[in-house]
Amino acid sequence: MFRLEVRTSTPAWFNLALPLLAIAATLVLCSGLIALAGAGVFESYGVMFTASLGDSYAITETLVRAAPMIFTGLAVAVAFRAKFWNIGAEGQLLAGAVASCFVGAIPMPGPLAMLLMTIAGAAAGAAVALVPAALRVKFKVDDVVSSLLLNSVIYYALMALIEGPWKDSFSGYPISPPIEDSANFPVLIEGTRLHLGLIVALVAAPLIWFLIVRTTLGFRIRVTGENPEAARYGGIHVERVLISTALLSGALAGLAGVGEVGGVHFQVMSDISPGYGYSGIVVAMLARLNPLGVVPAAIFLAAVMTGAEAMSRATGVPAFLSDVIQGTALLAMLVALLFTAYRIRRVGVAR
Amino acid sequence: MPAPLIEMRGITKSFGAVKASEAVDLSVAPGEILGLLGENGAGKTTLMNVLFGAYAPDAGEILIQGRPARITSSADALAAGIGMVHQHFHLAPRLTVLENLLIGIPGKAGRIDRAGGLVRLAEISSQHGLTLDPNLPVSALSVGEQQRLEIVKALFRGARLLILDEPTAVLAPSEVDGLFSALRSMAAQGLGIIFISHKLNEVRALTHRCTVLRHGRVAGRVDDPANTTSAAMAQLMCGHEIVPPARGPSTPGADVLILDRISTSRHSGTALRDVSLVVRAGEILGIAGVSGNGQRALAEVISGVRAPDNGQMTIAGKQVVHFSPREVQALGLGRIPEDRMTTGLVTNLPLADSMVLPRIGTSAFSARGLLKPDAIRAFAEAQIKAYDIRCPGPMTRAGALSGGNLQKALLARELAFDPKVLIVSQPTRGLDIGAARFIHEKFLDMRAKGCGIIVIGEDLEELMVLCDRIAVMYEGRIAGTLDSADASVARLGLLMTGAEGKA
Repeated sequence: MFRLEVRTSTPAWFNLALPLLAIAATLVLCSGLIALAGAGVFESYGVMFTASLGDSYAITETLVRAAPMIFTGLAVAVAFRAKFWNIGAEGQLLAGAVASCFVGAIPMPGPLAMLLMTIAGAAAGAAVALVPAALRVKFKVDDVVSSLLLNSVIYYALMALIEGPWKDSFSGYPISPPIEDSANFPVLIEGTRLHLGLIVALVAAPLIWFLIVRTTLGFRIRVTGENPEAARYGGIHVERVLISTALLSGALAGLAGVGEVGGVHFQVMSDISPGYGYSGIVVAMLARLNPLGVVPAAIFLAAVMTGAEAMSRATGVPAFLSDVIQGTALLAMLVALLFTAYRIRRVGVAR
Repeated sequence: MPAPLIEMRGITKSFGAVKASEAVDLSVAPGEILGLLGENGAGKTTLMNVLFGAYAPDAGEILIQGRPARITSSADALAAGIGMVHQHFHLAPRLTVLENLLIGIPGKAGRIDRAGGLVRLAEISSQHGLTLDPNLPVSALSVGEQQRLEIVKALFRGARLLILDEPTAVLAPSEVDGLFSALRSMAAQGLGIIFISHKLNEVRALTHRCTVLRHGRVAGRVDDPANTTSAAMAQLMCGHEIVPPARGPSTPGADVLILDRISTSRHSGTALRDVSLVVRAGEILGIAGVSGNGQRALAEVISGVRAPDNGQMTIAGKQVVHFSPREVQALGLGRIPEDRMTTGLVTNLPLADSMVLPRIGTSAFSARGLLKPDAIRAFAEAQIKAYDIRCPGPMTRAGALSGGNLQKALLARELAFDPKVLIVSQPTRGLDIGAARFIHEKFLDMRAKGCGIIVIGEDLEELMVLCDRIAVMYEGRIAGTLDSADASVARLGLLMTGAEGKA
């Protein structure tokens, strides 16, 4: 018989081992589904790997997908550090996309357009995140529920926009007018879709890490998240910290939308995000809320998403497997986190 | 002598490299009250957790009425007739007394047997003088009554051995008497009782025999506690002699903390009603009272966490305007909270973070929004050394420290900045004699340096040793203030129950 016992200390190597363990468990669990779909497990994972990381083009495609997830992962990591349960990165991303698309469609010099798109997108994301934070601070409304439900509000508002005023009158498609060509983000490598947004994301991760670890705001975020009562008694304005965190988190998620508009799609449509906001939660948890860990975690999930499509074409396993892997990875990580606080002991053998 | 009700033989339990319990033998006979003594970290809790099935021992066996028993869960323990009253009660506050008793008890044909429960409750109540109104919700019970309910709950489930973990820490003196007579009555009827306490006078008054633990081993046994001195028992616990600190005459200076007719609304807990207090530089003022008589509100107001509805507060000559923690701290207030884990430190973060928490915004630890990690670390390291805080280093998770070391850390963090006024709640609750002694010495040092200290406490003996004056709170008011030379447990006890005020 086995039982859980409280740990008195957690070894340092756990921080690295747990996500890897969770990923390994996920791949093992999901291999069952692949087998059920009638494909070879090793073959399918092989195709997934080749198509996402096997050659330089595949790698750039994976990184293109990783960029928005780095932003949403950072958004969630920052928020969860303060225990502001922001499940609304998806809506904040969409708001950022709409705002930056609006700005990008105005003719002006390219660099200025990109700057203003970035500011507008970040501001829009922050404004959306402010709603659940303000509701929580003022009225003690549960932020999980309010931020999650707000995603639908934003999504349908976006739909109303592209089915209404923004609808392409020429083709009749529900897509927004494109942004100005001059506002398109520069491509990093000719012949790929790799754009400036990835650089910004890669810079943002260490900046956010620095903010969390080395600034007084970061200190206040950490303390507020771990023990709001002690923070309050220690002279920290807990409400103010929650609002600041929400604004920062929302702005980061908004930047994910800016990158998708400025660097990938150049306009807004209904499927501009295949759930990058929700994937951000998985990314942040795999990274154990460490902003530096967000980068590899985002690349992993991006590889799964890119690889799953190729695997689907090659082996007939539905591409939905990508979603299953993401969900399983989150659950596996949550279970793995249990082992930071508990360990398994065999009982009944002591006697 | 009858066969032991329960016997633990050679119990050994390690956590990593630490042997929390090593070859411990312990037995309780029917009708016996056994005192279990030991400093914090001596292994009392570990031992009781093994007995109650929370930990599996690495070696050793448990015999119940002479037969080996396997206890791997609290359900096993309950089935074996072991009941435990924890320091923190495990009750459902919205349910009534009767409903709490019936939780987990299989009813008849899927229905809860209320009538049967009432009969059992009445039996137990009348047998041991443990009266409770079955229809009151637990949230309406006093702390003492909740404890009574925990005891009744254990008996209700057929406990023949009752473990009480520091049961008197939450009680007023009169309630302690009630508890003791109930425990004696249970013992007279053949139940075994394990009584865990730091208060040696209580142990001497109540128990028949004591087992003393030190560093996980049995340090000694006391066969006749009533005729053994507290000093001798303390020496067994610590391994060396303990001399209480001597409080010299006080030379009080200016008023450093003035509360002038402070009243609060009944926001949570008991409200303050017209509380006026003065603490002078270089004196220690004690606040006595049964818990729940407004001490919490008083501490919150002084700490700047709650603004009063009426009245004024002055710290070191300056009137408090905003009642924010930052403001009172800037005026020179230091605070050692009652609840170290919830309002004091951040258990999941490094100890260093907790040690700089209240002053993180000051130039000592940050500049222009950036932390000074080296300064933070150096400060924590210096305090760890100065206060002999036992931990692997400043980056250790605060929650991994023992209660005594946490209290030292909190003390270090406040005293490092020479507060003019120090507010302290329950400074030695849960601490062992050695750690408590250390804390008391520090308070007396601060007093000698001219700090005004206000100590909110429930342990009257402690307050009388430590304080120059003692004010007693009753129902949100100051019922009276005594010089500690004139104070006695009896006089304070009268004030605490409101008796003297009414007369």
